[in-house]
Amino acid sequence: MAEAPVPILEMKNVGKTYSQNGRSIEALRGANLRVKKGEFVCLIGASGCGKSTLLRMAAGFEAATRGDNLMWGMPISGPGPSRGMVFQDYGLFPWLNVRDNIGFGPKSRGRTKTEIRETSDRFIELVGLQNFADVYPHQLSGGMKQRVAIARVLANDAEVVLMDEPFGALDAMTRERLQDELVDIWSRTGLTVIFVTHSIEEAIFLADRVVVMSPGPGRIDNEYAIDLPRPRDIASPEFNEWRRLLSSQLHSHHGRRAG
Amino acid sequence: MTTLASRQEDNLVAARETSWTTIWWLRLRPLLLAVAFPAAMLAVWHFATVGRPGSLIPPPYEVWLELWDLAFGGINDDAYSKTLHVHLLASVSRVYGGFALALIVALPLGMLIGRVPLVRQLLDPTIQILRPVPVTAWLPLAMIIFGLGPRSAFFLVFLGAFYPILVNTIFGVRSVEPRLFEAASMLGCSESAQFFRVVLPAALPSIFTGMRLGLGFAWVVIVVGEMTGVQTGLGAIIMEARQLSRTEIVISGMIVIGAFGFLSDQLVMLIGRRLLAWSPSHG
Repeated sequence: MAEAPVPILEMKNVGKTYSQNGRSIEALRGANLRVKKGEFVCLIGASGCGKSTLLRMAAGFEAATRGDNLMWGMPISGPGPSRGMVFQDYGLFPWLNVRDNIGFGPKSRGRTKTEIRETSDRFIELVGLQNFADVYPHQLSGGMKQRVAIARVLANDAEVVLMDEPFGALDAMTRERLQDELVDIWSRTGLTVIFVTHSIEEAIFLADRVVVMSPGPGRIDNEYAIDLPRPRDIASPEFNEWRRLLSSQLHSHHGRRAG
Repeated sequence: MTTLASRQEDNLVAARETSWTTIWWLRLRPLLLAVAFPAAMLAVWHFATVGRPGSLIPPPYEVWLELWDLAFGGINDDAYSKTLHVHLLASVSRVYGGFALALIVALPLGMLIGRVPLVRQLLDPTIQILRPVPVTAWLPLAMIIFGLGPRSAFFLVFLGAFYPILVNTIFGVRSVEPRLFEAASMLGCSESAQFFRVVLPAALPSIFTGMRLGLGFAWVVIVVGEMTGVQTGLGAIIMEARQLSRTEIVISGMIVIGAFGFLSDQLVMLIGRRLLAWSPSHG
């Protein structure tokens, strides 16, 4: 991959402090992150490490109390279609069927009816929900809902897809299938993905780069470029080596370091 | 999931083993049960009143004759014969008129109170204090302000329908899942557009519940509303017949109100099922 002079996303010395009932809670301190276009980055860490806060700041849902959040070098001032978010609880509009959920973004941006229809049909096909286009979210399984959530972000020409433990609520089989599909879509489209997870295995399977974070206050500890060839074999010795390394990294904060 | 599936299987096995008569019995049972209670009441009513000339409550058969006479005439040929359609039309127009007016006022007001903090702070305390005041308590004041006649009736019906619509609209627009606003804004939907594309559809089930309750209340208060000295209307003939000790007319009026209130609710439900097919609790 060619070195891009300006990263698609850049967080410079970002901090976030909430005040709650008069007490201030430091959720994130001095985080630096540069994400290149087309990169798949996983944020991993125990709860309270600020990984979701970091993601929500990249989305523009929350403002940093310190530091700069930049996209293509420009400050992020709020949520926008260039950074699509996939939530763990899906966040689908229950009154819209699958097609209209996927068409919500294009419609918001004033596309014509035929354009919206074409776009939504194309992305319905991409996530394999052709037979469910006219179905409402409450009739879908969790895996299908998450496919819709991914498709609606892609249908809106998102350059960066931010995913907040998107497969955390799914059963193991569905999770694995969606991981495969996500890697497939990512490799075909050249998307940039930032993916929050608490599963070490998921992070190693998906990411070009794993960012390890730790709590109290939330901060970035370390980054690892995962150089395993794709498609990745979770049973290979190399995969296991990564698993052991990251596992010891994560557990060192709980005082459970081996030896 | 497993329990549900296995229960379904049990049912299938059971169905194969049972005879047709049992299946018919299972289908007829709810209907028979629904009819059994009113039939028993009717029987009690009949035996308690029949053959007693001094009884203040007429037996069911006399009420049936009166109802027929009210609707089609040809039995008593008095001032009430063949007048049902006039009273029914008057009451229905007041119920739906008052309901429509309540809708026109309560929907936008509820949305404003629910979404605009300034309006909420300004109006909500007053509404919370006025709300527990029963519609009947407004009757004297309504007659002073609006005078004797249909305008007072209209106002009382309006008031009866107003609060359920208002309260449920406020609740609906306030309890939109915050996640949906995040989803809409990251998809490029501006904050001003979110009112029509997120708030309104998300609040629709609550608004609909409020409308259903409101229309129900409009039917409930129609009798009180027509105590204000109007000449026509089901409530008006009930009050008039009471003074004339024509109890069979009173009961006939009650039956008609019950039947039309029920039909009206069924109609609203039908519309709701169409409109809210997406909602797991309505569809």
